[in-house]
Order: sequence, then C-alpha cells, then structure tokens
Amino acid sequence: MKFLSYLISGIRLGSIYAIIALGYTMVYGIAKMLNFAHGDVIMIGAYVAFFALYRAGFPLVAALLASVAVCTILGITIEKLAYKPLRSATSLAVLITAIGVSYFLQNAALLLWGSTSKIFPTILDYGFIELFGGELKISYQILITIATCIVIMVCLTLFVNKTRMGKAMRACSEDKDAARLMGINVNSVISLTFAIGSGLAAVASVLLCATYPTVTPTLGSMPGIKAFTAAVLGGIGSIPGAFLGGLLLGIIEVIAKVYISSELTDAIVFSVLVLVLLFKPTGLLGRKTSEKV
Amino acid sequence: MSEYVLETKNLGIDFGGLTAVNNFNIRVEKGDIYGLIGPNGAGKTTVFNMLTKVYEPSRGTILVNGTDIGKMSTIEVNRIGIARTFQNIRLFSDLSVEDNVKIGLHNSGSYSLADSLFRTGKFHSEEKRLHERALELLGIFRLEGFAEHKAGSLPYGAQRRLEIARALATKPCLLLLDEPAAGMNPVETQELMDTIKQIRDRFDISILLIEHDMKLVMGVCEKITVLNFGQVLMNGTPEEVQNDPEVIKAYLGD
Repeated sequence: MKFLSYLISGIRLGSIYAIIALGYTMVYGIAKMLNFAHGDVIMIGAYVAFFALYRAGFPLVAALLASVAVCTILGITIEKLAYKPLRSATSLAVLITAIGVSYFLQNAALLLWGSTSKIFPTILDYGFIELFGGELKISYQILITIATCIVIMVCLTLFVNKTRMGKAMRACSEDKDAARLMGINVNSVISLTFAIGSGLAAVASVLLCATYPTVTPTLGSMPGIKAFTAAVLGGIGSIPGAFLGGLLLGIIEVIAKVYISSELTDAIVFSVLVLVLLFKPTGLLGRKTSEKV
Repeated sequence: MSEYVLETKNLGIDFGGLTAVNNFNIRVEKGDIYGLIGPNGAGKTTVFNMLTKVYEPSRGTILVNGTDIGKMSTIEVNRIGIARTFQNIRLFSDLSVEDNVKIGLHNSGSYSLADSLFRTGKFHSEEKRLHERALELLGIFRLEGFAEHKAGSLPYGAQRRLEIARALATKPCLLLLDEPAAGMNPVETQELMDTIKQIRDRFDISILLIEHDMKLVMGVCEKITVLNFGQVLMNGTPEEVQNDPEVIKAYLGD
C-alpha cells in the first residue's frame, strides 16, 4: 500500500513535468529550437500567482488566469524580441540566446522581488479521500494535479489533430517553406506555439507551488531541466512523448528517492535519460527522421 | 491588366560571387503550358525559387498579371496566385492525404478560431464544404480512395500527384511544376501528361513546368524556354527547340 501511495505521488510530480515538457516539445517541434528560458517563465508565473493571491487577494482561479495571461504575453514577447530576429541564424546562436534570456529573467526577478523566498500558504487544501479502509489517502490536490494534466493532454491532442490551426502547426513542424507556399503564416503559428507553451507553464507553476510552496528567482531551473529531460526521454517534438516522458520521470524520481537514496535521486533520473538515449536516440515515442538528400 | 500571367524582366540572382541566373526573361500567357528546360545545374529550380520568393532575386522584376511581386513574401505570392510543387517531394507526410489538400484549401475557409473552438454551425458547414472540395480535387488525381491514408505512405507516383492536388487547392492562376514526372514509369508519365492538360482546361490556369523527360515536355508544352548556365539560350515552340543546334550542343556537348 505504501508503494501505491509513492506511485501516486510520482504520477502527480510526473503530471507537472509533463505539462512543462509540452512547452519544450511543442516549441522544438515547430521552431526547431530548445527554449531554455521556459523554466524561468514558470518562475514568473509563480510570482504572478503569488502576488495575485496574497497581495491582490484574487481567488485561486482568477490568480491562475492572471498567471496564464502574463506568461502567455511574456512567451510571445520573448519570441518576438529574442528569437524571431535569429530565425535564419545557426541553432547554436539561438541556444545561447535562450540561455541569455533565462539569466535575464532570473536576474530581473532578483532585482524586482529580492532573493528571499516567498512562501505560498497551502493553496489547494481540500482534504483527501480514503481508500482501502483508510490505508491509502489521496489528497484532492493530487487528484486535481493529475486531472489537470490529463485534460490538457486531451485538449491539446484534439487541437493539434482536428483544428485548422493545429494542422497548420503540424505542417510547419514538417516543412516551413512548403507551409509558406500553402499560404500558412508561419510567424503566427510560431507565436501561437510560444503562447500555448507559456500559458501551460503558468498552469504548471501554480501546481508546482501547491506541491513545493517556496517561490525564488531560481524556482524554474530544476523543474525546467527535469521537464526538458522528460521531453527528450519521450521523444522531443512528440506530444504523447512529453506525457509519457513526464510521468516516467516523476515516478522514477519519487521511487528512487524513497527506495534508493534521496541524495542520488537526480543522478538516477539523468542516468535513465542517458540509458534511453544510448539505446533509442529518438526517445521513447520519437519519430525517426531521415535526412533528405 | 497585363496580357501575361507571368512576365519577368532581366531577372537575376547571385550567390556570393556566383551568378546563378542572369537576364532571365519569360512571358507566360493565360492558358499556356510552358516548359522550362536545360541541363542539370542550369538554374531552373532557382528560377522557381525566385518566382515563389523562397529566394530574393538580386536583379530584375517579376510581374504576375501585371502586379510587381518584388516586395511580396512567399505567403503573399501564394495569395496572389502562384502555387508550386517540388523536385524532391515535400508533402506533409505525417498528415493524411485529405489534410494535405485541406491545408491548401484553408485560404478560402472563412470561419474564425472561435468558430472552430465552439463548433458553431458555420464551422460545420464550412468543414463540410472543405471536405467535399478536397475529395473533388483528390478525385481528379485518382486519390480519393486514399483520403484517410498518411501522405508519406503513398507510392511515389501518387505522392507526386498529391503534391499537384495540394498546390491546386490554393486556387492558383499559375502552377509551377518542378519535375512532375521524375521517378514515374512511362505509363504514369503518359497519365500525367493527360492530367496536366485536363487541369489547365478545368481550372483555367497557366502551367510552367520544369522537366527532363523530353517526351513529356514535347508532348504537352506549347512553348519552351531553354536555360543554360543561368542564361536563356532560346525561346520557341517544341519544333524550334528540338532543331536548334545551340540547344543540342548544350545538351550533348560539342
């Protein structure tokens, strides 16, 4: 029964990773770049949610929406200012720029809000349900986190497969020049991708702060890197891959922490990535890409 | 209104110090099936890339129905009526055959993002119209049976036909075909020749095509421009081109 409860908390952590990983994987799929500032968008989202909840006194849903709105605009702005001018530059230049944006956001937060951590009081405390005659307790917070992740996955999959804009996104991800020649506005598709990814980062930030209630300027770094690992593990560019990679990573992390060693947790998590990449370099659900001659 | 669907004046492009195409002049009239031929590396695909603004020309002007497209982007060029296919097939291979065509049709779709999110009646009627239109186009290319298949899973010849269908979906006035018969067997090539004539008549468009298969070029093109080392070697009818000593020299050497 203990194992089951660890498994569930692994799935909860994994759900958060999965939501963040979506941001990495969608941006990579469309813009073919690794947006290392994605983790820091989460951090900004957390601060916005914090101030909305405790300074402005917003109810939880309103604070979440405020955070989503700010992050969406932030994501579009970062893309327009920092990445768009580099559309035809080498991928290394874009990568370095992304790291630069990441440091910029962290230091801007440091300047604005200081290095003292802000503590979120419990934001999703609705008690728990008991199963197996009280042997297994699952808090509603965990259920909400997992449910949010599933809803997001289903909506996003429907959006990408069924809607016109979603199909345009898939077309851009395969061949931007051909997409332009079909009259698809590639720039707005890229903007939309950043908007969706950053909006999801805001959702993740609130779920993250419900689990780990300290907000600091470097809050986004570790979850960002873990989610990136999850995206690569699942196959970067693939939406189901981000889901699977996130869940696996969350479960491995919690299980390793409990049964092996809490100090070695991160080492184990990243070793799993190395192992998967050794045997399946495209990630678990990644598509094999063959270079066109 | 100009009498030419496409007219270029002294079109040229340099890559670094290398002049790839220079003084390229062509006049395509309404309803023409026009061939652009020349040895490998003559600059034929480069011309297509300039016409579709994938490359920015270094010199000269391009007029489409009299409109200068010098300042336009690839998307705008597509909107005023130029569509193309590629030498190495560039379908959206992960999307279904029908979705490939629908992406081209979407320019004419008239519902908003809100309509599609809330599944309004307008969305449904518009989607139905697009679906019927897509099947009609696929029917012309004998692809309607494959509508649900992934584009990448089609046989080679069918992929080439789908690329033409996708290009036609954007409602062009000028269709650029880059080696449409490459990799096709003689039977498929013969069918393609019939299809090319059929779509010209049915859609009332002009077609400019690059092709190495001389049987196809001489069989369907009414006018031909020969390109050699980035320069126009000659313009003429198939008979004139076939009997020109300069052209024969360019193809076979001295």
